[in-house]
Amino acid sequence: MIDAPEKTFIIRMFHVHHNYGPKKALIDITLDIAKNEFVFISGPSGAGKTTLLKLLYLGEPVSEGQVLIDGINLARIPRKRIPQLRRKFGIIFQDYKLIPTKSVYDNVALVLEAAGAKNRLIQKKVKSVLRLVGMEDRLKSFPPSLSGGEQQRIAVARAIIGDPKIILADEPTGSLDEESAEVILELLRGVLIRGATVIIATHDKALMRKTGGCVLHLEQGRLEASRFIEKQYDNAIF
Amino acid sequence: MITLFFKRAIEDIFKNRFLNLVTIITISLSILIASAFILFFVNTSEIINSWEKGLRIMAYLKPEINNDGLKDLKLAIQSLNDVDTLQFISKQEALSRLKAQMEHQSSLFENLTLNPLPDSIEIRMKASTESWQKIDSLAAQIEALPQIDEVEYGQRWVGRFAQIISLFRLAGYAIGTLFFMATIFIVANTIRLVIYSRREEVEIMRLVGATDNFIKIPFYFEGLIQGALGAIIGLVILYIAFIFISANIEKEFFSGLFRFHFLSPTLLLTILLVSMLVGWLGCYISLKQFLKQ
Repeated sequence: MIDAPEKTFIIRMFHVHHNYGPKKALIDITLDIAKNEFVFISGPSGAGKTTLLKLLYLGEPVSEGQVLIDGINLARIPRKRIPQLRRKFGIIFQDYKLIPTKSVYDNVALVLEAAGAKNRLIQKKVKSVLRLVGMEDRLKSFPPSLSGGEQQRIAVARAIIGDPKIILADEPTGSLDEESAEVILELLRGVLIRGATVIIATHDKALMRKTGGCVLHLEQGRLEASRFIEKQYDNAIF
Repeated sequence: MITLFFKRAIEDIFKNRFLNLVTIITISLSILIASAFILFFVNTSEIINSWEKGLRIMAYLKPEINNDGLKDLKLAIQSLNDVDTLQFISKQEALSRLKAQMEHQSSLFENLTLNPLPDSIEIRMKASTESWQKIDSLAAQIEALPQIDEVEYGQRWVGRFAQIISLFRLAGYAIGTLFFMATIFIVANTIRLVIYSRREEVEIMRLVGATDNFIKIPFYFEGLIQGALGAIIGLVILYIAFIFISANIEKEFFSGLFRFHFLSPTLLLTILLVSMLVGWLGCYISLKQFLKQ
């Protein structure tokens, strides 16, 4: 991560600012995230964690500064290339963002369909990834009939099915019980092992201790500190 | 990919049944009204054409006219400008023609002891002269001949009728254009409601890397399907109405001499395609605005 020039950086931010009208959401953020890192973005509610994630996948435009994703400068990306950029990401939202009128299968398959994959490949991969998240028996269910933990597993399945380079997870365990949260974390660790970069926005200190990794701490839109936190490290800084 | 888009369009239609039904009903009503106009014009044009083809002047002769007089009269008429052919119809022949035309009302002739019809000459004009003004002037010249008792130019009113129909046709084009625009506007707004109700789904699609085309094409299919269904429903209703109404009008006003025709297969296909275009255009306008946001 930061102070590691020998690494290949997949995400680079230079003096990034973002405003919502007069409100400054992010102030002068400069950071680098290397490939295959496990990074937490921590901070209290309203610190700018979600905004920072949104800037990465162009969910929000950058007001000022430069963001580079895998070498692509987001300020210069043409509109029609945005879908390609987004396929580099697997995004897990706090509110899951599953389509309620589509089955579990269709929700997960959507990523590959959008990428133009062949139907046979889609069927094979959807089944495989749902098996991985332990939801292979709920293929035909619809999201409203699932529990929060189950919906989050589907969201993880959707995020990882396209083999993205970067996983962005916004409070992925925020509304889950301990057991479901553990399952989700285990899945994200698996993604890391397969070579992706995992970025989790959370204010859950216990989660950070349990997992370990780099932590970028935001306070009122400013990057206050970056540290490495050991797994099961009881006296965490944050 | 096309199969996937088509499948998604069909699924979406069923999932948003109410809004889609509103769109289809709107299209079908517009198609019904527009097609009714077209049907009216097609049939009135046919009636006018059939009248124009049979356009002639009937000159009824005075009773006392002899063979020499008839010969002179024929020469006099033939020498007039614009006269093409003429045919003498004796009173006996006229009666037998009338009997043949009214074979279903033959009882009317049973008690007829005297032939009340006069001898006559049927005059047809040169094709190029068949304009209403020239026919009027020719009829006046014939009527001025001493052997002529009366000239009947039964289709005198046809010209005026044709002019009225032309005006109707112009009004029809204007109304058709207005309906076309109004339908597109209504369809666009209904589709906008459908899209708005699915804005979250569209947003999620974009976030997972779907291109605008991936999002738009199923909606386009929906528009085309809605247009096609709207056209089919509108035309079926029109056909049913046509069957009931045409049978009565043919009997009442034309004594079975003229048969109304429904729209030709080419016209039906054109209406279907135009309706599909309306559905697509409505989608296109809505999506263009929505995806810009």
